[in-house]
Amino acid sequence: MINQKDILSTINMIEQQHLDIRTVTMGISLLSCCNEDAKTACENIYDKICRYAERLVPECEDIETEFGIPIVNKRISVTPMALVAGASKTDDYVTFAVAMDRAAKSCGVNFIGGYSALVQKGMTEADKKLILSIPEALASTEYVCSSINVGSTRAGINMDAVALMGRIIKETSEKTADRDGIGCAKLVVFCNAVEDNPFMAGAFHGTGEAESVINVGVSGPGVVHSALKEVSGQPFDVVAETVKKTAFRVTRMGQLVAIEASRRLDTPFGIVDLSLAPTPAVGDSVARILEEMGLETCGTHGTTAALALLNDAVKKGGVMASSSVGGLSGAFIPVSEDEGMIAAARKGTLCIDKLEAMTCVCSVGLDMIAIPGDTPASTISAIIADEAAIGMVNSKTTAVRILPAPGKGVGDTIEMGGLLGSAPVMPVHPESSEAFIARGGRIPAPLQSLKN
Amino acid sequence: MNAIITVIGRDRVGILAAVSTSLAERNVNILDVTQTILQSNFTMVMMVDVAGCSVSFKELAADLEELGRGMELSIRIQREEIFDAMHSV
Repeated sequence: MINQKDILSTINMIEQQHLDIRTVTMGISLLSCCNEDAKTACENIYDKICRYAERLVPECEDIETEFGIPIVNKRISVTPMALVAGASKTDDYVTFAVAMDRAAKSCGVNFIGGYSALVQKGMTEADKKLILSIPEALASTEYVCSSINVGSTRAGINMDAVALMGRIIKETSEKTADRDGIGCAKLVVFCNAVEDNPFMAGAFHGTGEAESVINVGVSGPGVVHSALKEVSGQPFDVVAETVKKTAFRVTRMGQLVAIEASRRLDTPFGIVDLSLAPTPAVGDSVARILEEMGLETCGTHGTTAALALLNDAVKKGGVMASSSVGGLSGAFIPVSEDEGMIAAARKGTLCIDKLEAMTCVCSVGLDMIAIPGDTPASTISAIIADEAAIGMVNSKTTAVRILPAPGKGVGDTIEMGGLLGSAPVMPVHPESSEAFIARGGRIPAPLQSLKN
Repeated sequence: MNAIITVIGRDRVGILAAVSTSLAERNVNILDVTQTILQSNFTMVMMVDVAGCSVSFKELAADLEELGRGMELSIRIQREEIFDAMHSV
């Protein structure tokens, strides 16, 4: 029989340290739904999503009961909608978002991702129509998430798209001003977006993927934090080893659930995403792990190094525990969704510039950061450009999910509730980037040799 | 299919009897039992075979939880694989 100590340690991880499966995400290809008539295409979309995902939630709930492990989110990701909607003769793309939203509600999932376009090198007519429809689409739906890829290591950065996204983010915030601009929490701008990401708001089902697939995202900042408390004051080699061992265990559980979900839903298993995803709950914070390593407050000098170690050790530990690793795989640092980050931002120790530095060594980017509502669109675009440049040069995924707080300024807080949490409004540099963004065009792809 | 039942709480007379009676009523076979007192907490770990169980896993889990509530104990049942996966390579 399994060691009693091991059994109790697993139960302690689940009950006391917030160990859970963060998401089981079913990716569904919608390429077969294309139709010249938009109404028919939307019906096809609704029918196909419901057909594939109708058992997703009940099966996941059964897995939760049998294994005694919570699966916090059940979600759906679909083919980037610009590719599907492009076949229809219509200018009204919001109807496609509404069809996605309806399907998500019927299946009982809590988010559906893929209102997306990939425009790293250029924009098709469909891409442009989709991007322009985002503010309305996110304001008139509840569960739809949108993501736009504006750059890649191979293509460079599409600065026209970057400029446009600054304006779209502002407009999305204004359209949902009555709910603290929550629309922007469902909108991500990527560089080097991945096709198998199970996490929202950036999930979409890439064109290189199968008809449908099950991707799983694990979590466990609380477990890592508790493990590190046991090795207080010891050298970093010990810290790295401890994180690796913990990540291994957490990922093995994710792998088990992924295989079980795949079997029950008769859908191929795709990947396990090895991300440390925090929640606003006390004891489930990535920032507190960094502080456990010896930093007084997250954001102070040493934070980037601590995060680099954590991120690398999580991957090293997790990679052997799963037969297929993918997605974003790294530590997330979403400010509003991490109790320790919120506290550090309130204190003023954690600022956007430091967060930007942190994104150089972890996934995924400037995430869930509230900024003053009167921030110019060009400044938002410039923030996106900086973050995309980090991703492009370092061959990694970076993203911006930034929340202009309507009518609010530094010192105020926006409340989104649930897993999205609350975010203190952080200052941005007041100096203008207007002329920089107005240039447009493309930043060329970087050299892949002479790396320094 | 094997599952692990864990019972944690304040020690009192009749815990093992109550749990095993409840399992017998549902045709669940007990394969192994260990129990200790950890920091004045009663801790029992049981391995059971639920293949012949007369109710669904969901109902069994709910029944055990209910039984625990009445005795101020936390009783949970989980499939064995999760512990195997996490603690053995």
